[in-house]
Amino acid sequence: MTTETTTITNKMTTRNVDVFYGEKQAINGVSIDIDMENVTAFIGPSGCGKSTFLRTMNRMNDTIPSCRVTGEITLDGEDIYAPSMDVVQLRARVGMVFQKPNPFPKSIYDNIAYGPRIHGLASGKEELDRIVEKSLQRAGLWAEVKDRLNESGTALSGGQQQRLCIARAIAVDPEVILMDEPCSALDPIATAKIEELIHELRGKYAIVIVTHNMQQAARVSQRTAFFHLGTMVEYGDTSEMFTNPQEERTRDYITGRYG
Amino acid sequence: MTGPAILLLLLGLGLISWIFGRAKANRFITAGSKNLNSLPNYHGWYTALWAIVPALIFITIWSSVSPALVTDSVLANPAAAELTDNGFKRGAILSEARSIANNPGQKAFNPEAEQLAPLYAKAQSYYDIVGTLAVILLCFAGAAYAFIRIRPDFRARKRVEQVVMIVLLVASLIAIVATIGIVASLIFESARFFGMISPIDFFFGTEWNPKNTSVAGDGEDFGAIPLFWGTIFIGAIIAMVIAIPFGLMSAVYLTQYARPSFRKWMKPILEVLAGVPTVVYGYFAALTVAPALRDFAAAIGISNATSESALAAGLVMGVMIIPFVSSMADDSIAAVPSSMRDGSLAMGATKSETIKKVLIPAALPGVVGGVLLAVSRAIGETMIVVMAAGLAANLTANPFASVTTVTTQIVQLLTGDSDFNSPKVLAAFALGLTLFIVTLLLNLVALHIVKRYREAYE
Ligand SMILES: Nc1ncnc2c1ncn2[C@@H]1O[C@H](COP(=O)(O)OP(=O)(O)OP(=O)(O)O)[C@@H](O)[C@H]1O
Ligand SMILES: [Mg+2]
Repeated sequence: MTTETTTITNKMTTRNVDVFYGEKQAINGVSIDIDMENVTAFIGPSGCGKSTFLRTMNRMNDTIPSCRVTGEITLDGEDIYAPSMDVVQLRARVGMVFQKPNPFPKSIYDNIAYGPRIHGLASGKEELDRIVEKSLQRAGLWAEVKDRLNESGTALSGGQQQRLCIARAIAVDPEVILMDEPCSALDPIATAKIEELIHELRGKYAIVIVTHNMQQAARVSQRTAFFHLGTMVEYGDTSEMFTNPQEERTRDYITGRYG
Repeated sequence: MTGPAILLLLLGLGLISWIFGRAKANRFITAGSKNLNSLPNYHGWYTALWAIVPALIFITIWSSVSPALVTDSVLANPAAAELTDNGFKRGAILSEARSIANNPGQKAFNPEAEQLAPLYAKAQSYYDIVGTLAVILLCFAGAAYAFIRIRPDFRARKRVEQVVMIVLLVASLIAIVATIGIVASLIFESARFFGMISPIDFFFGTEWNPKNTSVAGDGEDFGAIPLFWGTIFIGAIIAMVIAIPFGLMSAVYLTQYARPSFRKWMKPILEVLAGVPTVVYGYFAALTVAPALRDFAAAIGISNATSESALAAGLVMGVMIIPFVSSMADDSIAAVPSSMRDGSLAMGATKSETIKKVLIPAALPGVVGGVLLAVSRAIGETMIVVMAAGLAANLTANPFASVTTVTTQIVQLLTGDSDFNSPKVLAAFALGLTLFIVTLLLNLVALHIVKRYREAYE
């Protein structure tokens, strides 16, 4: 019954996270909790640090030499920046979907099988086939591509490519999926498909989505965090945030006064 | 008047016309004409160009026509009437006469030449004067024409611009024209060769043993298969076995692992290596690598090892090609969008998995194109194989044996003096033509692949 809301456990937590590019600080003291039940949206004007913060959550910022992170980020209570943390393992658990669809120049099948293969998730061809089919089904792409799994992933349409990338992320059975503006390169119909997909994935994975589109945040997310100039200004239930923001700056942004 | 003197005179006249043209244009300004179309300098250049260019063109034509005119006038003289009809001897006598005319005191071999020499001298000096006068006349006429045309609204600037464009165009055509000429001569001489030796014997024969004779043999001595095989064995097999893995690994290291500061140093160094004269590598191959390999082969019990082995030449050639392959592969890997790499890393792939399974496959077309270019360089490479590969045309896959290549044989066939009409010398042209066509095709295919690859990621 109503006990469910109290038993929500936080999948990821961040405490006082600062991010620097060289001397320049891009994120300032962000603390946030991400849970399994809700889709969390990050909104905020361009350059406020949404992508930067998202990338710290699966340590993709490690690929930027000048980038430095302080503070604490945990996954299931474990510090992901601890020396004992295996980045490769972490990224398998915290998947990522990028702004621009980036399928590998391989067949659709090999795109999905890529993760399971490198992590040894399938013990044989049949199991791999099953993972590929399940992932494509979850990403709502199976019906469209099941007869052409050997065609190149780059030959799909933009929206299909993005769903392929989501399927690819799902295939390694992650716990968290981070999406950085996954629809910004897509047309409205493809966008609607992705949003529908996010609805279906909710509850199976903890999902964080960065978006510039306020309506989209309202449609797909239950929790919203508003970022401004590297700080998190406000974090709360999406419906609450859009109807009754607590902060002046949030209100201004949501009503389109700037950004 | 001698050539240099005429050129100097022309330059002087050109300078004077420049000054006059400029001065005339300047006068318009001082006379208060505001709308002078071009700067006085351009009027100067315009006049100078008109003074010099037509005269120069005339000189070029004249210098190729006047010897014939001189000879004709000599032959028209009654003293030349009783010259022999034998074309060959006649030519020899005439050219000797010309040489005596130019160097008085030289001893004559043919007595007739001695008689003709003064005639020659006279005719030459006559045509010299005619030519010089014509040049000076043209120079003045050109300058005068241009000078008259200078008016305030005359577009000298545009005219000069056109001349500049034509000069640039001619400059860019010279390389192409020269190449066409070379190819034409290759084709022509090859055709003569194939008139004596059947192309089938040449392309499919397995005996290579050209003799130093001017008589066409029975054909079987010109079988080029051992040469083609040696070229492929050294340039496309042994060298590539070295160059591809090392070049690729070096490119992967430089693009993916090296710190930017190291890469900044290393890339130019590799590129400088590509410019080391190949004769230096040849030295190294012949004096260091080849003996070491022979000793090594002897030590492991290979009896017929020679000090000129395919392996020595191939190894050193491979090392020489490494920077080239590395630089091409580096470019292709760097051209793979970083979103590919991020996508793979975000799946939890390690760096080397990402490189092996995503970056290199994605860069493969570019790498293949680069390798083909490298092969085409390797098979055209001459110095290393001349010094280290040997001359024996063996058809063998034993890397310790001596093989020979197309380029080595071309050098071999053309050095030493032999009759220019013998099949032995003409064979060099046939080999050269074959090599040219093969490398041209390789380059075309490689560039096509690389271009397609570039487009794929734009
Ligand atoms: N690789 C980098 N090196 C240096 N500075 C960076 C780098 N990436 C981002 N930044 C800086 O960090 C700040 C935050 O950038 P970020 O990309 O996180 O913004 P964002 O909120 O995602 O913006 P957008 O909505 O436009 O995607 C910006 O000021 C940006 O200039
Ligand atoms: Mg962003």
